[in-house]
Amino acid sequence: MTPAAILRAGFRDQNPGLVQLLGLCPLLAVTTSLGSGLGLGLATLAVLIASNGLVALVGRSLPAEIRIAVFVLLIAALVTAVELALAAWLPGLHAALGIFLPLIVTNCLVLARAEAFASRQPVGNALLDGFAMGGGFLVVLVALGSVREVLGRGSLGGDLHALLGTGGPSSGLHLISEQHGFLLALLPPGAFILLGLGLAWRQARQAAAT
Amino acid sequence: MAGNPEPPARRSVRAAIVLAAAAIAAFGLVAVVHEATRDRIAATARARELARFDHVLGGLPHDNDLLADTVTLRDPELLGTTEAVTAYRARFHGQPVAVVLEPVAPDGYSGAIRLLIAVAPDGTVLGVRTVSHHETPGLGDFIDAARSDWMQRFTGRSLGNPAATRWRVRKDGGDFDQYTGATITSRAVVGTVGRTLEFFARHRDELLGNELPGDELLATPATIQP
Repeated sequence: MTPAAILRAGFRDQNPGLVQLLGLCPLLAVTTSLGSGLGLGLATLAVLIASNGLVALVGRSLPAEIRIAVFVLLIAALVTAVELALAAWLPGLHAALGIFLPLIVTNCLVLARAEAFASRQPVGNALLDGFAMGGGFLVVLVALGSVREVLGRGSLGGDLHALLGTGGPSSGLHLISEQHGFLLALLPPGAFILLGLGLAWRQARQAAAT
Repeated sequence: MAGNPEPPARRSVRAAIVLAAAAIAAFGLVAVVHEATRDRIAATARARELARFDHVLGGLPHDNDLLADTVTLRDPELLGTTEAVTAYRARFHGQPVAVVLEPVAPDGYSGAIRLLIAVAPDGTVLGVRTVSHHETPGLGDFIDAARSDWMQRFTGRSLGNPAATRWRVRKDGGDFDQYTGATITSRAVVGTVGRTLEFFARHRDELLGNELPGDELLATPATIQP
């Protein structure tokens, strides 16, 4: 595969959030703000690049019976490492992501890319695929988080200061008073509805293109 | 191994060895990262704890290490949890100036709400903060200090201001306005703050006492549950 094809697949044609619909649980649960969407997106991206790289290195030499078990072990170790690093350096973000950080282990996107792509490709392609898929996932998380935050809280990036631990009273844009926020956008049904609208937009574009 | 298939037994052994090696490698990675981050995580956790105390103590001067001057309590009825609750004591020149308790409101709208309450030696509330909650975003999260200043209404109150029987939301005949649309959350928080003050009144002397700091349960029959 060419690098351009890999990037196109991750960000558009095979986008994990809007096309493959992988990892929906964290996608819907965490995206209540731009900041938390960005945080989970970056954590997933880091895990995906590292796991794809390692899997491409060792995948082919593994006996078929234990291949998946080894992949899961690798992914779990990487996620734990990322979690510890966040707890040490970005405790605000670590607290905001809560259980969804260790649950990256169970994000089927990571295992799916390891098994379906990285284990059969050269390391360079696998790393690029990790970047493209993780990036595609990140874009959806950030978009959904931004829309939900604007609709629900009337701000954009309003909790970035708390997540990054930079102090200061507030950050980001404040567009409308929080009192007038559209609560539904912050609740799980709002997440489903907005993701559904995103899927519809993506389908319509594809239909128009063919 | 094309053209020369391994016997099944050897194949199994090889798979087991590879799996064990992978497990050791994964373990090694986690161990190294754990070792590299341990001190920093402990320091961060400590800084967070101390920052929480500053929020409820409202700048009250104290010169001791609250995290080292604790009493462990257990009172499911008044403190809302069957688990042990830690009380931290703030002192200034050796004199107790506040006790910080961490009770639980078990009856929130979506589960337990953990609170942090600082009480002055005379039983006055110095400050109340929400530690964690699962209330509905935008509706029940007014108890979060970042969202609203609703929790500040307890500051300066005590048992007697209002009277113990009036530590309820107005809807239940008490003195505290419930937050519109979130009566259950308001009721849970008001009730817990009131019960915590009651606990403080009952055990004031032990809480403020000068026993050696450490993890000792209050030796009062009412507070020790098997």
